[in-house]
Amino acid sequence: MNESIQVIISTLPFILKGTFVTLRLVLSALAVGFVLGLLLAIGQVYGKKILARAISLYIWFFRGLPNLVLLFLFYFGLFPLLGLDVSAFTIAVIALGLRSSAYQSQIFRGSIQSLGSGQMMAARSLGMTNIQAILNIILPQALRISIPGWSNEYPILLTDSAVTYAIGVMEILTRGSLVVSRTYQPMPIYLTCTVIFILLNYGGMKILHILEDKYRIPGFGNMEM
Amino acid sequence: MKDNIILRVEDIHKKYGKTEVLSGISFEVRKGDTKVFIGSSGTGKSTLLRCINQLTVPDSGKIWLHGEEVTHSQKSINYFRQRIGMVFQNFNLFDHLTAVKNVEIALIKVKKLNKKQAREKAMEELVRVGLKEQADLYPAELSGGQAQRVSIARALAMEPDIMLFDEPTSALDPELTGEVLAVMKDLSRNGMTMLVVTHEMGFACSVANEIIFMEKGKILESGPPSKLIREPRFERTKQFLCKLGELYGDIGR
Repeated sequence: MNESIQVIISTLPFILKGTFVTLRLVLSALAVGFVLGLLLAIGQVYGKKILARAISLYIWFFRGLPNLVLLFLFYFGLFPLLGLDVSAFTIAVIALGLRSSAYQSQIFRGSIQSLGSGQMMAARSLGMTNIQAILNIILPQALRISIPGWSNEYPILLTDSAVTYAIGVMEILTRGSLVVSRTYQPMPIYLTCTVIFILLNYGGMKILHILEDKYRIPGFGNMEM
Repeated sequence: MKDNIILRVEDIHKKYGKTEVLSGISFEVRKGDTKVFIGSSGTGKSTLLRCINQLTVPDSGKIWLHGEEVTHSQKSINYFRQRIGMVFQNFNLFDHLTAVKNVEIALIKVKKLNKKQAREKAMEELVRVGLKEQADLYPAELSGGQAQRVSIARALAMEPDIMLFDEPTSALDPELTGEVLAVMKDLSRNGMTMLVVTHEMGFACSVANEIIFMEKGKILESGPPSKLIREPRFERTKQFLCKLGELYGDIGR
């Protein structure tokens, strides 16, 4: 028992460094997925037919592949083929981000479509351009509606981030495994990893709840019983 | 006489798939006119209003606002839409904005007023529709009648040349209907040019200078309320007015 605590204490700084890598990876991928996902959703709802088709294809591709396949494809295939010398971390952000964008786009699309055509019509009837209407009327509402569904994306990406172990990104699990291979103490080390993941998850969900509360529209959509 | 014409609608046709919703609608609107469109559902009344500000693009036909062609115009359609106010059956207020911000937003984004000017103008319009106290409430906190009055204020703030009302009271109960109609009557009396799709015959009789009866995408007949209601030329018009009478009691007498 004492030995276990000793191992945890002595290796914690090393593993904790991975926490920052994981957080950076998750937040970057979320950001990539958010921006792309939003554009994809807008394109799918308001774009020309051919654009909407192309976007469907993109979504079908990225939702259909396991993370690990995508990571290997990019890390061992695509990027070396293009002669690009890119870090494993960057590749992980791109792969997870693109995949997340496909998922996020459907959350946003659902929210946009749930608004109905009346909001857009009213905005256009006042003389707003399409873009003005999307930015000032559609998105502020759609994004609010998206928060509950979107709050899935954070824990999904957080848990998915551990897969990047396979291409050697120095995140929590990779560091933990390195420690295990040195100390032969899997239980305390993986338990440490577990606790870190759970805390990260808890913190993130807390922040999302605060956001949801802050942006709630008075008298709208919240049932007080 | 001719320069009094604000809006000219010329032979508008619109098909959805195989069904022809509008088959050749033409009419003229003079400054200060209030025209009321009646007819059973599916006869194209709402589509017609939406064609006027091009929310629905007609298949053929022309629309002129103050002698400038709205259809196929060189100018951006957004320029015309600022001058054509529209009020919807379901209000379509922007749910994430307070009443005053609903009125403000197009003033800021489209008319490019600064925030202070926009706020003043928006408050002025809310006062006009009797909703000064409700300025900071969100749409979900307003009654249906209040919401519709905000949407009228929102359209009026753009200082349009003409207002289109698409069944503005159909989603409201009789009491709330009354408060919305009162605002519309005021507008009409103060000289606003208005096209109204409604079955509120009391309103039509007291403020409309013309009632237009539509049937199957065409204007079957039209005339001043007294004439159209007392002595409709067509059996179909008579039938329809009878039905309205059964529902709402004797109309316009």
